[in-house]
Amino acid sequence: MDFPGFSLDMGSLKQARRPDPAVLYDLLILGGGPAAMTAAIYAARKMLKVAVITRDFGGQLLETSDVENWIGYQQINAKDLTSKFEEHVKSFDLPVAMGEAVARVEKEDEAFKVTTEQGKIYKAWTVLLATGKHHRSLGVPGEKELLGRGVAYCATCDAPFYKKKRVVIAGGGNSAFTTAFDLMKVEAAITMISFSKGWQADAELRKRIESYEKARLLDNHEIVRIEGKAKVEAVRAKDRKTGAEQTIACDGIFVEIGLISNTAMVKDLVALNPQGEVEVDCSCRTAVPGFFAAGDVTTVPYKQIVIAAGEGSKAALAAYDYLAAARKI
Amino acid sequence: MPILEDKQKEQLRGLFAGLDNEVNVVMFSREIECEHCRLTRDLLTEVSTLSDKIKLTVKNFVEDKEEVSKFKLDKIPATVIMGEKDYGIRYYGVPAGYEFTSLIEDIILVSRRDPGLPPEVLAELAKVDQPVHVQVMISPTCPYCPMAVRTAHKLAMANDNITADMVETTEFPHLVRKYDVQGVPHTVINEFYSFVGPLPELETAYEILRALGKPAPPVHVHAEEVSGAGAVHDHGHDHAHDHDHEHVHQHEHQAAPPRPFQEKPAKKAPENKAARPDKKKSKKK
Repeated sequence: MDFPGFSLDMGSLKQARRPDPAVLYDLLILGGGPAAMTAAIYAARKMLKVAVITRDFGGQLLETSDVENWIGYQQINAKDLTSKFEEHVKSFDLPVAMGEAVARVEKEDEAFKVTTEQGKIYKAWTVLLATGKHHRSLGVPGEKELLGRGVAYCATCDAPFYKKKRVVIAGGGNSAFTTAFDLMKVEAAITMISFSKGWQADAELRKRIESYEKARLLDNHEIVRIEGKAKVEAVRAKDRKTGAEQTIACDGIFVEIGLISNTAMVKDLVALNPQGEVEVDCSCRTAVPGFFAAGDVTTVPYKQIVIAAGEGSKAALAAYDYLAAARKI
Repeated sequence: MPILEDKQKEQLRGLFAGLDNEVNVVMFSREIECEHCRLTRDLLTEVSTLSDKIKLTVKNFVEDKEEVSKFKLDKIPATVIMGEKDYGIRYYGVPAGYEFTSLIEDIILVSRRDPGLPPEVLAELAKVDQPVHVQVMISPTCPYCPMAVRTAHKLAMANDNITADMVETTEFPHLVRKYDVQGVPHTVINEFYSFVGPLPELETAYEILRALGKPAPPVHVHAEEVSGAGAVHDHGHDHAHDHDHEHVHQHEHQAAPPRPFQEKPAKKAPENKAARPDKKKSKKK
């Protein structure tokens, strides 16, 4: 592994005060990714009484190594970009409930009640849901039992443990191929398994893996189970066309099969589409007045950092307009 | 060879201008330095020149036996960040990559003599009444690892019974084998108890209590009903899966384990002291 240098995350070093359950906020922002952070900046600039509730800053950015499509940077390390976002947010004196996840959002009369998994309750006139998405699991036997024992979800974190080892990658899209690329760098022998026929990744990414002599690509295969006692030893895969099964001996499996919307906390508040996403209009408004949504958690197409950020800014401005019209500010 | 960029030095000078009290950085190397020992020493030397509040002492792991046993160190490069007293903050290996920020935060917090933990976390930590050794296994390119290291160090600061190590796995492969580390951050408590993924402060405090066999509540109050932002819930579904990105799925509880919270919360425990049934625990001899 190349020496990683020394990275100074200024954003995370700046302390923020915590939100006060006794205060009725103008806006509560749920989430800590690009949509949430941009919304926080816009809301703070509009002088709204705003607070952020999030488990971390960065969201899915934390799962990426480099970003090559954030305007102004031909390439920037994702963690550095997150740090800059966080520093920007914290340059406004707004409270942040860090390390708290939201369990439930309810509307009571005109205001919203947000309950965290730690049992804390925060209140606000408006709520912005910007909780994004998280990794899907395969849902096969062996997966949860061997989590962290060969079942992995973060190649940037764990690729070094698979140096010159045998790895299965589940998935056929860009994230699966990016994972393969990380593992190629540590000379792992790779078997890629895609459920669907063919591969969805960009041609450029695919070419890099296809030309790697230690890569094998199996499409139209279903992973049936993950085998191993104390750690992953093999993956059992079934050919969806012939039904033939094979055992692929391996030391680990990286799962990159798409994402799930973090919307369980609002399922009783607002209608979700079959992907679990919140339907929004062009101003990030939902069917519930005062409840807004932005970023990957919504039905807005193309899940991109720059789009999430743009949606976040719209949502904060729309919340401001709503508050003004309702004479709450 | 300068280690830090000029811009970083400038940022650090700015941060260190607010240091309250003196911070003692004690580093252990040896006469014929290993590559990582030299790099750690060079780094700490550079950092310590950025503030007169930071005092660096370099000790010899082989000769300064008394100090080594006082700090209970067993490998090098080892770095202790302390005030007048030792808080139990340890770095084994170079605080490189994303862990550099952990080092800087420790310096700032030690200078304040206060980890800045909220009262509910301090209340849980007050129950820790016996020695606890927390080892956070990291890799320097892991963006989630500093959360685990920084939390562990704050908890160590808040309770004299707790010692918390950052362990840079690429430098100590024998510990990777010993604790069977295949994913980071991997936290080992008192040798026998472990979990993977960073947890918030309160939940890390609960893990320590669980490792000691003390009562701790189930992780998420609403774990059965919801899958919150980023939280992992294990609902044991066994329906057929589908790898298609476009696949339409309607299972509300198909929560997947995202990186940061690989932990599985308990099904509602019948009583407080029940350990989480589905939790990964590894007994070591």
